[in-house]
Amino acid sequence: MNVKRMMAIARSDLRQLWQSPDFWGPMVVLAGFFFVIAPVVLLFAVSHAGTEGMVQKVAATLDILPAKAQHALKGSTPGDRTAYALAVYLFAPLAVIVPMTISTAVGANAVVGEREKGTGEFLAQSPASEREIYMGKIIASLLPGYVTTLVGFGIYSLVVNIMLGPRVGGWFFPTRDWWVLMLWVVPPFLALTLSVVLRLSARVRSAAAAQQASGLVTLPLIMVAYGQSSGALFGAVTAGLVLGVVAWVLAIIGLQRGARAVTRARLLGVDNSA
Amino acid sequence: MADAPVVVLGHVRRSFGSVVALADLSLEVPAGSVTVLLGPNGAGKTTALRVITGALAPEAGSVSVFGISPSGPDGEHVRLRCGVVSAKPALYDRLTGFDNLRFAAELWNLDPKTAPITESAARFGIDDSLSLRVGSYSTGMKTRLALARAILPNPDLLLLDEPTSGLDPESSQAVLALIDELAESGKTVLMCTHLLMEAEGLADQVVMLEGGSDVVSGTPGELVSRYWPQPQVILDAEDRSALDGLAALAGVVNVVRNGGGAVVDLDDLARIPDLVAHLVAGGSRVTRVTPHEPTLEELYLTVRSRRAAP
Repeated sequence: MNVKRMMAIARSDLRQLWQSPDFWGPMVVLAGFFFVIAPVVLLFAVSHAGTEGMVQKVAATLDILPAKAQHALKGSTPGDRTAYALAVYLFAPLAVIVPMTISTAVGANAVVGEREKGTGEFLAQSPASEREIYMGKIIASLLPGYVTTLVGFGIYSLVVNIMLGPRVGGWFFPTRDWWVLMLWVVPPFLALTLSVVLRLSARVRSAAAAQQASGLVTLPLIMVAYGQSSGALFGAVTAGLVLGVVAWVLAIIGLQRGARAVTRARLLGVDNSA
Repeated sequence: MADAPVVVLGHVRRSFGSVVALADLSLEVPAGSVTVLLGPNGAGKTTALRVITGALAPEAGSVSVFGISPSGPDGEHVRLRCGVVSAKPALYDRLTGFDNLRFAAELWNLDPKTAPITESAARFGIDDSLSLRVGSYSTGMKTRLALARAILPNPDLLLLDEPTSGLDPESSQAVLALIDELAESGKTVLMCTHLLMEAEGLADQVVMLEGGSDVVSGTPGELVSRYWPQPQVILDAEDRSALDGLAALAGVVNVVRNGGGAVVDLDDLARIPDLVAHLVAGGSRVTRVTPHEPTLEELYLTVRSRRAAP
């Protein structure tokens, strides 16, 4: 596989995406809401609750956390411990939902979009192999979601550290589990999801159908990722590492199988079944 | 024109479901020539180009380009030597003209820093607009950019699918002149068109397609002598009744009278002075003497009408 060519395809797609603020604008808003606005409002509300009784009620819900997680909670007051729990555990799934939503939206258009614009003809008749085209599209779909998430994660880290750090003994975020989640667990889940999305994008007849189908098909994957990522944070670092290994294996299998879906005939829109 | 064929198609068949795009196509494209695929819409011209680049694999038959099967594992080597302009320009509207060309350079393994991007664009007069988004280009500008992209990797084989589609007459002429220039520089050109005027004067070889099969092929000269084995002259006179006597003259094979005089088939064009002398001697004032060179349009229509005849 010619890596330069694969990266050229990815760069071209990313360049086009960058030129489409109507597309990435809402995605930035989505990330901003989940990583900044929602956490700030929630943490502020818990930290500045007017009545002690209300904080007590919220703090009582911490009992449902695994014992290990409960021991890890920091803070001297119920309010601080609740805010800490929210910051570390509640928002974990967002790290999965945001990149998957963004990357799915990009990936759903990846192949069918070329066909609809007529540029599939150019790619199909270019020296690029089908695998190079496929991997270029995967990278171009994965990066917007993942980079947005990393940036959001960075901002989220700043927000929670600034808001809660002074009350729980200093800056505490990201925890080790979060690092594992972000760097080891999220990428393969994203790749696995995209392997499904690109297969759909290669097979459907319109971008609208690709978006619809991708949403439906990836919903279970998002839910699994949601649950598993939460579980990884509640467990030990090893749990996250093991989950990551499983996700990587599945992602590699998914990518191998997905590569077969992107063919020159499909880029041209003249699949045999047509 | 060199003899070694760059493209050889042997009895190629390709269908899409129940639609047969290529039924039985055979053709050879000699190196350094301009070959024109003529045919009505749906004749299989575009599918033929796609099979040649390996974008589509044939269901049956053989395809060899530069001695390689383009849909096989070495197909990349074929596509690296091809420049393609498809019927729709297939450009990325959101990118600038420069970015479109740079992307092509990267796909064709050229270093984008040293690739002749501006030079290619300049050859088609589009270099001033390279910084603009392609979405803002006119149809003519897009076609020129697509042509610039096709020649960017300095391909040995240019495949052009209706390259003047949607262009105004001036732009069409300019594009055809540029294609002619490329052919002069030794490139092998295979061009699809249903516009016969386009092919006129440009084609070294004509392949006529119908229903996914090649029905006629050869150089324009060969085809003309095949369908019009006798040289022709068009004669007219003020007194058209004098034209009736031409059939009896030596060397005259056939005479067809029409509204514009008479179309006379001869055994040799050298007979023309004798015909004129005969008319003048009979007191007629001759108003037209035109040796007839059939156009591709006539050839096309003749072939189609003969095939349609029971």
